[in-house]
Amino acid sequence: MTRTQFEERFFGFARWVTIAFLAAITIVPFYYMLLLSVKPIDALLLDPGSLWVAAKDFTLDTYRSVLRPTSEGGQGFLRMLLNSAAVALGTVLLTLAAAVPGAYAISRLRFFGSRHVSTVFLAVYLFPSTLLAVPLFVMFAKLGLSGNLMGLAIVYIAQTVPVSIYMMRNYFTTIPRSIEEAAALDGCSRLQTVRKVVLPLALPSLMATGLYVFMIAWNEFLFALLFLAASPDKWTVSLGLQQLAGGIEVSKTVLMAGSVVLTIPVVLLFFAAERLLTEGLTSGADKS
Amino acid sequence: MSTAPSGVTQRRAPSENRPPTGRKRRPVTTAQRENRTGLAFVTPTFLVVLVVVIIPILWTVLLTFQHARLVDIQGMGLFGNWTLDNFTAVFGSAGFWSSLSTTLLYTVGSTAGSIVLGLIAALALRRPFRGRGLLRGSMLLPYVAPVVAVAFVWQVALSPQYGIVNEWGGKLLGWDDPLAFLSTRSYEVSLLGLHFDIPLALLTVIAFETWRYFPFAFLFLLARLQAVPDGLEEAARVDGATPSQNFRYILLPQLMPVIALLSVLRFIMTFNKFDDVYLLTGGGAGTDVVAVRVYDFLTARFDVGAAAAQALVLAAVLTVLLGIYFTFFAKKVQEEA
Repeated sequence: MTRTQFEERFFGFARWVTIAFLAAITIVPFYYMLLLSVKPIDALLLDPGSLWVAAKDFTLDTYRSVLRPTSEGGQGFLRMLLNSAAVALGTVLLTLAAAVPGAYAISRLRFFGSRHVSTVFLAVYLFPSTLLAVPLFVMFAKLGLSGNLMGLAIVYIAQTVPVSIYMMRNYFTTIPRSIEEAAALDGCSRLQTVRKVVLPLALPSLMATGLYVFMIAWNEFLFALLFLAASPDKWTVSLGLQQLAGGIEVSKTVLMAGSVVLTIPVVLLFFAAERLLTEGLTSGADKS
Repeated sequence: MSTAPSGVTQRRAPSENRPPTGRKRRPVTTAQRENRTGLAFVTPTFLVVLVVVIIPILWTVLLTFQHARLVDIQGMGLFGNWTLDNFTAVFGSAGFWSSLSTTLLYTVGSTAGSIVLGLIAALALRRPFRGRGLLRGSMLLPYVAPVVAVAFVWQVALSPQYGIVNEWGGKLLGWDDPLAFLSTRSYEVSLLGLHFDIPLALLTVIAFETWRYFPFAFLFLLARLQAVPDGLEEAARVDGATPSQNFRYILLPQLMPVIALLSVLRFIMTFNKFDDVYLLTGGGAGTDVVAVRVYDFLTARFDVGAAAAQALVLAAVLTVLLGIYFTFFAKKVQEEA
């Protein structure tokens, strides 16, 4: 057997082992999450190693308990879901509004400092977000915005604007200049060109950026902890789950149901949009 | 700077501020107009970044030179009594240095781990097979899912009382006692008569970070792999290259720029990471990274000045490391690319 034959056989085998391993490490934890969320806590404590749920143990009470409002003895995750959704959507809108003009200017226009602006924006990530948290916390306390969901969304902009500018700038540069020139010749002002020509063409990028921002805001934890920990009725799902997971009052399987509830929206959104985003829209737009 | 010939007809000469006078004036060049539009477009974005990012950072820098506690910070003027106490306290404390070295270990381990695993995954999923699309989708789960949820799942799975890992580890691998993965500072292992102490909690946190971020590396590397022209590998194969030589001499040089970029990105992100460590261990058992330490100073001791000073030192260390990287290594990679 030559070296090539040996290596081909070896790597052919190793490839399947790797694939099986990857499938295991990515799917099993999420399967485990789902599994534990439909079990009563006794079943978990009795047999921690079990990889399935017996029919007699299967229950959805965990979900009922986690979603019910606190006034009815539940954990109030439904309210937290609404809070999370409000913050995340608010962040998406604010970020896009703030980042689109900047990204367009950086990708298209030459102006004083244009080459350094994006570097300045990206330098934000050099600073730990804990560092940003102190002054923002004080500023918002002064404005009376701490413990306020809109205040939290404004804070999230700090995390999302730089990466949004980066993502959209890359897309804007792929839109052929000639399309914009054609619009200008037809009498569009710069603002009209952006609104009627560039933005529709950049829709896939806007959606991808919006989705990414939504995920960041939905999953964010540190600022929610700093700003909202004192007011439980404003908790986001992430914060609520962490706060309850630290205690011993709520059973682990109920919290597992909470984790499922927290995870499902982002995962669904991500898979729904994954295909949509891969379709290029500009192809054919510039053919003469 | 490109300047349009001044004789060009200005179709939309800005009419504001410039009423048509008989006086001869210089027409606005295209470049000037572009400059003005560019600034107008970038101003809103810049203002937002100024308010939520730049001003807070500058304020923090001021705070590091003052005695600032959370209670009295609101009434304080911007420029109080200057002091270097915060920095002497930070540099003088043993806790800070051990915390910094933990941060470095954690960052290097997680960055290398996630890139290596991502590379292996990209190589394995390179050629099509049944169910590849499904697997590729599910491989993004750890990256997409909320950190609080997955950290909670890891906590439960690794728990010594009811965790599945200890249960199966005991059955299959013959562990005698359940391991407390997240609260054991060092675990003694004897191998071939030698005794090692391994920092179990730190390794677990690194494993978590590797698991959570390998999909990120995988996505970038797979995209680059699929752009490698088939002809290159075919030629190598015809010349008798084995698969491992093919990887070493054909694929790896093509991937190097992406790997370098990923290393820098992951390094920066992990260096400042707070959530993952805080949620898994709370910074205990030898996983006290600086970001968690800053949080503790802020919320437990309300010592804003000291917290800010540590965060600033962290940022400075990161800047220096990046500076070293870009001076010595970035050029080399660019030449290879």
